Amino acid sequence: MSLNNYLYLSALLFTIGAVGVVVRRNAIVVFMCVELMLNAANLTLVTFSRINGTLDGQVIAFFTMVVAACEVVVGLAIIVTIYRSRRSASIDDASLLKR
Amino acid sequence: MPELLTIQTPETILFWFLAPLAVLAAIGMLLVKKAVHSALLLAWVMVTLAVFYIAQGALFLGIVQVVVYTGAVMMLFLFILMLVGVDSSDSLTETITGLRPIAITAAVGFGGLMVSLLGRATLGREPIGLEIANSSGNAQGLAELLFSKYVWPFEVVSALLITAAVGAMVLAHHQRTNPRPTQREQAVNRFRTGSLAGAAGLPGPGVFARHNAVDVPALLPDGTPAPSSISATLKARGDVIDSGQFQLDNVDTTVVEEK
Repeated sequence: MSLNNYLYLSALLFTIGAVGVVVRRNAIVVFMCVELMLNAANLTLVTFSRINGTLDGQVIAFFTMVVAACEVVVGLAIIVTIYRSRRSASIDDASLLKR
Repeated sequence: MPELLTIQTPETILFWFLAPLAVLAAIGMLLVKKAVHSALLLAWVMVTLAVFYIAQGALFLGIVQVVVYTGAVMMLFLFILMLVGVDSSDSLTETITGLRPIAITAAVGFGGLMVSLLGRATLGREPIGLEIANSSGNAQGLAELLFSKYVWPFEVVSALLITAAVGAMVLAHHQRTNPRPTQREQAVNRFRTGSLAGAAGLPGPGVFARHNAVDVPALLPDGTPAPSSISATLKARGDVIDSGQFQLDNVDTTVVEEK
């Protein structure tokens, strides 16, 4: 097996996450798909760290995790705020700027 | 010149066993209707990725993945799902016509582009492996890098974490625009508005003597179920049992004598 298989797996997971962001309507599911994309990117970083024989990729993956944690906290707070004013977690209902 | 990496058979078996499961779970995430099921499938994908990290010599990241992602982040997701309502199951009908075929076509193109880019990036490059980098321990090696070469990003990230915490607090803070109604005002409202039917409080659930759980609506004197006796959440989840089966006419009331 070649290490490229890990890279192809992460590309696949990233693509599935991107489709989810576009297709799903529930804001929380969309957010989980973003998390899936971040995780897939982390797998790429870890694999490249192994290919290159340095730990830099793992350090960057670590930073990605911290940033993802921040993003989840703020994003979920925004979803809760929108839910509180609109009683809905669907991204189609948050279309006030369109009208 | 470091020795080149050979991948052992156990890792190959692990990969070909777990990778299809991860992809299936990720696809399932898009297809299932309930957000809770999506969250559980995503947790499975994250555990799989943690196993891959550990298999690839990133022991510390594997543990952090389990603790931070499957522990904290998924916990937060489930918490918000409970808060926002279990009845928020997504309708899978597309609101923009033709969105789904376009999305899948774009995804195939995007995936092809990424695969070709990754193939190009690794072309003619032999993997080195982490034996030398991990020689004094994976966590030690990471710490050495984190506190020397990456110490400035590390400090900036701490500022980011604090900002995110404060931001979440500001967003989640809810200021009352009108004073909370007192018990006296609530009592007055109950009698002055609408009919007097609800003045004494809503009917309790359950058909007494036969089934008194909260998921069965009470029966009105004329035998029809009282919808106001059931919590709206149970109704939205579809967990309400038909109280007709507990009506006296439909129940076998013969008493079996015990010896």
